[in-house]
Parts: sequence; structure tokens; C-alpha cells
Amino acid sequence: MTPSHAWTRKDLIAIEDLSREELDILFATAENFKSTLGRSVKKLPSLRGVTVVNLFMEPSTRTRLAFEIAAMRLSADVISVMGDASSLVKGETLRDTARNIQALSADMIIMRHSAAGSAQYLSEIVDMPVINAGDGAHEHPTQALLDAYTLREKLGADLTGKRITILGDILFSRVARSNIWCLQKLGAHVTLAGPSTLVPREFEKMGVTVCHNLKKALDGADAVMLLRIQHERQTSTHFPSLGEYTSMFGLNKRRAAWLKPDAIIMHPGPINRGVELDSDLADSPRSVILDQVTNGIAVRMAALYLCASTQSLSSAQ
Amino acid sequence: MSETLCITGGRVIDPANHRDATGEVFVRDGKIVASLTDSERKAAKVFDATGLIVCPGFVDLHVHLREPGDGHKETIASGTRAAAAGGYTSIVCMPNTKPPADNAGTIQFINERIERDAVVNVFPTGCLTAGREGKKLAPTGSLKEAGIVAVTDGGHCVQNNEIMRRALEYANMFGLVVLDHCEDAAMTDKCVMHEGEWSLRLGLRGMPRSAEDIMVARDVILSAHSGARIHIQQLSSAYSVDVIRRAKERGVPITAEVTPQHLSLTDEALKTYNTHLKTVPPLRAESDRQSLIEALCDGTIDCIATAHAPHTEMEKDREFDYAPFGMNGLETALSVCLATLVEAGCCDLSTLIGCLTHKPAGVIGLDKGTLSEGVDADITVFDPAAEWTVTAEALQSLSHNSPWLGQTLRGKVKATFVNGRNVLV
Repeated sequence: MTPSHAWTRKDLIAIEDLSREELDILFATAENFKSTLGRSVKKLPSLRGVTVVNLFMEPSTRTRLAFEIAAMRLSADVISVMGDASSLVKGETLRDTARNIQALSADMIIMRHSAAGSAQYLSEIVDMPVINAGDGAHEHPTQALLDAYTLREKLGADLTGKRITILGDILFSRVARSNIWCLQKLGAHVTLAGPSTLVPREFEKMGVTVCHNLKKALDGADAVMLLRIQHERQTSTHFPSLGEYTSMFGLNKRRAAWLKPDAIIMHPGPINRGVELDSDLADSPRSVILDQVTNGIAVRMAALYLCASTQSLSSAQ
Repeated sequence: MSETLCITGGRVIDPANHRDATGEVFVRDGKIVASLTDSERKAAKVFDATGLIVCPGFVDLHVHLREPGDGHKETIASGTRAAAAGGYTSIVCMPNTKPPADNAGTIQFINERIERDAVVNVFPTGCLTAGREGKKLAPTGSLKEAGIVAVTDGGHCVQNNEIMRRALEYANMFGLVVLDHCEDAAMTDKCVMHEGEWSLRLGLRGMPRSAEDIMVARDVILSAHSGARIHIQQLSSAYSVDVIRRAKERGVPITAEVTPQHLSLTDEALKTYNTHLKTVPPLRAESDRQSLIEALCDGTIDCIATAHAPHTEMEKDREFDYAPFGMNGLETALSVCLATLVEAGCCDLSTLIGCLTHKPAGVIGLDKGTLSEGVDADITVFDPAAEWTVTAEALQSLSHNSPWLGQTLRGKVKATFVNGRNVLV
């Protein structure tokens, strides 16, 4: 297996915390796992006997499924708990829920939660590894890892100097934040684009370029990463309407022509077809949206494996 | 025979009387006196304050005592013990109790509890509007007769300008100052910290400075037109400081307070998602903090108030979004202000003590905060160099939601005299 001796982190909470070396270990480990995905017998014994609890306090299909599959491929036993079904609606605190999961002798927790900072909070409560599957508008580290992994596959392993534009609702997006840190650590130039109410200028303090002119933002970009317009999350004041958004910032064929000729189109899903992305473009050869989904399994296998390896769990060392 | 007290050997700092020298303070029958007769002197209790600072007892215009209704967070008994531990001899308590103090009966209850349980002077405030809802005026006159010293919606800001205007004019008729927490509620809906680089990085919803600035400016305008006295609570934004400075230059009768936390901490401290730092108005940027310090030292900001807002460990031990706003502050204010203002070289000890004593008292016209002859002998004695560690056990407050929990601070109260009697536990 990949040498993981340099990996000492039990939790994966935020890309902001990771070093370049740690990112490289994650990608190398994911690459090894990806090569096993095409086998007829896909299961690896790495996390045999390890119980993984998928605690999803906010709805998710793709991420939850990808984590479940990743854990299963590593032979872990995985249980998913949905927010609605859990005790939290009965008023149990996150601390109590977490301590109960620990008392049930689970070995790892993957958590999705609507409150920023909750993954870190959980990691301070329990001894076992915690993988952040999205905490409010803070971070979604495995999404950024699978995005970067896909970019490295499509644009070459060295992203130095590559121009990546993230377009859409940046303000409320944990995916954007994780990608901002991840892509910059890998040497890429990141431009944030979208309406000024969702892409405040202050983001430039994180090292990126903020651009409210879509043509300038897309001009010469190697990749464009679209974000879902989370109309369920915004208060009504951030933009006039979905129609207005589409006419000003939706990616269509005409606008995609501003990108580099071989530029790729990415989206973390779920797509609002015809809102932030033209349906044709979503299904075009430039779209790598389904590659992202597949890579999400390899990357999450790597994250689970590496964090487990710090805990003397099963054969994961 | 009179009861007499002699506090000897200390550096006596009484800013209202421009006194700052080693000397003695005399008390007869609970009042400050210039001297004692020889026989009184012989019979007097002596408190040796050698090496210590002797000053008027501190006055806090902004304390949440939580009684009635939230006795698990704080009570009049525990909150006043905390006040004594922090060197405070007079505190003004907020009306956001359960039920709210918007009627004479609740004020009467609070006054009875004060009579029974308080170890320092407590002055209640009444609501500005019924239920603190900002919709209908509270019965200010009856509240005044029941003994309130100011009106405020304590943590709520009246959003409707017409109601605020009438409430101000009505309170002014009774000579009551309106204490206002300035916040445009629509602009801070669901927000949990200051809007800026750190809110973006942390993914937390940010409150813009303008939400405070707009209401401070509104208050200045209403005060200028009506002549009614408004005191701005917990000033936190540099722009608001500027608004107050210009208003004062034009003679608008407006005053303002700042808290130790806004003087010493910034939004960057929230990067660990420590819910003890969640407060409103939020901890802002370093540039705001510098403006607040400058404004306090040049007199634009009149005084320091703690905004002591106790919450239990269980309430604060939550995801950041779900934790309540507010910090415990009575017992750490002196230490934090000594470090932030005096040790940092921003002002001298006498200026700081002025901001903790006669200046807040003056805001609402309390005859407190001085060592003038004949006043109540409310005296604080402290050691500015003594170190102590903020632990749950060290605090008198029922709640321990302090951002300084676990830290070692300098500056410890050694005695808190109320009417000449040491009430320090």
C-alpha cells in the first residue's frame, strides 16, 4: 500500500489545515485505490472490522453514498444515520449523540452538519477519527480533494499556474472555500465569479481574484467550477431571481467559448439544469461532472484509510 | 459610638476629585469623611492597603442578573457576589428577564430580591417598550415610581423609528436616559459574528458594521431633534465612534459605553469557533478595536461597561450557530482593562478608574463613583500586579462563559467596601 508514514492526522476537518505534502499523500493514496475500482472483485481488506458511522444531519445523496461505498470497498462496516431519524430532533445535543456513538464502539465518524465549525467541535468531543463531509458554509474537504484529483487527471498532475474559475454562490459554499485553499496550495490561480452579493470582494484576503465580470472571469480559464445556486439557503435579498441569475451568470455555449479551447467544466452537484449550467453543456464532452463523482470514491477511500491508519485500526497500518 | 474605618497606606486614586497620591481614606457610619477624631481613629477598623490601589467602587451600567426567570444562569445573589469580586459596588441590571421588567410589579419583585440578596448596590432598569417587542411604549412613569434608573429594551433595539422617537420623548419627560443596543435587526438576521475576512473564512454569517452604524446615527438624529438623552450600549464599530464624536461636537446629548471584550479582542479570535466569544455586537476588526481604545481615552466614549451576560456551560457547549450570545464579564473587567489599556500604555491608571467609576455614574446621574466627603463609602481596593487564574472555581458567577477561562490575568480585587463594609467573599 502507499507509504502513509507521513500522515499523522486522525481527523480530516479542513483543507486549510493541510500541508502540500499531505495533499500529495492523499492524491497518491487515492490513485492507488482508483486503480482497484475497475477490478471484478472491488473489495479491499484494509478496514476490515472497522465500524464507520455516517452521521448526516443535513440531506445529501451523492456525498453520503460515495462515503458509504468508499467505506464498503475498504471492508468497513458502515451505518448511515440521517438527521431526521436521529435523536437530534428530539433535542439531544451533538455532544451526547457523539458520546453515544463512541459508547456503541464505532471507530470513525463521517459527519455532514449545517453548522460551520461543527466538525471541529465533534473532533474535540470524541477520540475516534472524524471526517468532515461538509460543515455549514465552512469546508467540504473531500469535495475539494476529488475536484483537485479530477483536475490533475485532466490538466496534468502539476496544477502550477493553471487558471481555475469558481462561478456561482461562493458566499454560502463550503465547496468553494475548500477549493480556494486546495487549489492555491497546489499552485493554481483561483478566480471567484458571480454576483457581488454572493461573491464579496473581501474573499481576496484569501489570496484569490474576485471578478464580477463573467467574460473576464472565464477568459482563458483552464477550468470552470460551477456551484449550485442554493436557492433553499439564500435569504431573498442576495439576487433578484433564478431567471436573472441565469441570464447574467448562467454558463451556456456562448459563454463557454470564452474559456480555453480545451477547458473543462466541473460541478459538485446536484445540478440545477438550465439555471447555473446549460443542460447541453452538462452532458458535453467538456463536462467532467461524472468523473468527479467516480473520483469521489477513490478520494474518500484515501481519506478514510489514512485517518484510520493513525489509530491502529484493523490492518490499516 | 460611630462605626469607623481607616484604609491606610494605599495609593488613593479618586479621578473625580483629581486625587492620586498615597494616603488614607476614612469612613464613618458608612460615609466617606475627610478625617476622624483621635478617639474615632483609635477605635477604627484598619485596612492596610500598602502597595495597593484604593479607589471608588466601580459602577457598571450594563449587567444581566437573569432574575427573575433564568436563575440557572445567574441570580441577584450570585451576580452581586461576582460584582463584588470584580470590584463593582454599583451595578445597573437589564430588564430582559422572564417576565421582562416592563411593569411595576416585576420591578417591585426585583427590588425585593435586591433588598434580600444583593451584596452590592443594584439599580434596576425598565423596558422601553412592552415585552421588549418594540411595538408599544412600556409604562415608563409607573416604572420610574417603582424605582428604575433608566429605560432600555436590553439587547433588543426598537426598529420602528416612530416608536423610538415617542419612547425617547416620553422617557425624557421623566428625566430617564434611554440605553440603546444599536442593531438593525433585518441586517443581522441569522448572523453570528462580525462580517469580514474571518466570517468568510469560517463560513459563519456576518453582521455588517452598518447594522450598528445606522442605528447609532438614527439615535443621534432623534436625540438631536428631541433633546432626549440616549446612551449607546456596547459601541463596537469605528464608524459609530466617528458618528458619536461628531454628534458630541455639535452638542447632541448622547453618551456611549464600550466593553472590555470589544477593547481587547477581535473577530480573528473566533477562528477556533469558541462559543465563549460569541457576542453581540460582535467582536470586530483590529481597526475597530484601535478606534474604540482611542475614543475611550479621548473621552468620546464615556465609560466601560461589562455587558455581563451569563450563560451556563450546557447552553454554550453547542455548535457555534446554536450557542447564545453573550459573555460573563464582571470578574475579569478590571484585569482585562489593566492589560489592554494601562499596561499597553494607552492610558494611565487614573483615566481607567475614571471610566469605571464616576463617568458611568454620571451617565445616568447616580451619586456614585467618587470618594467625595459625605458620599456612601463604596470603595474598591485592588492589587494591579497580583496574578490569578480564571477558573470555574475562582468565579462567583453561576456561569463561567468567559473568553478568559483558563487564562492567568493580572489585577486582583482585595476588598470591596459597600457603605463601608467589606462584601468581598
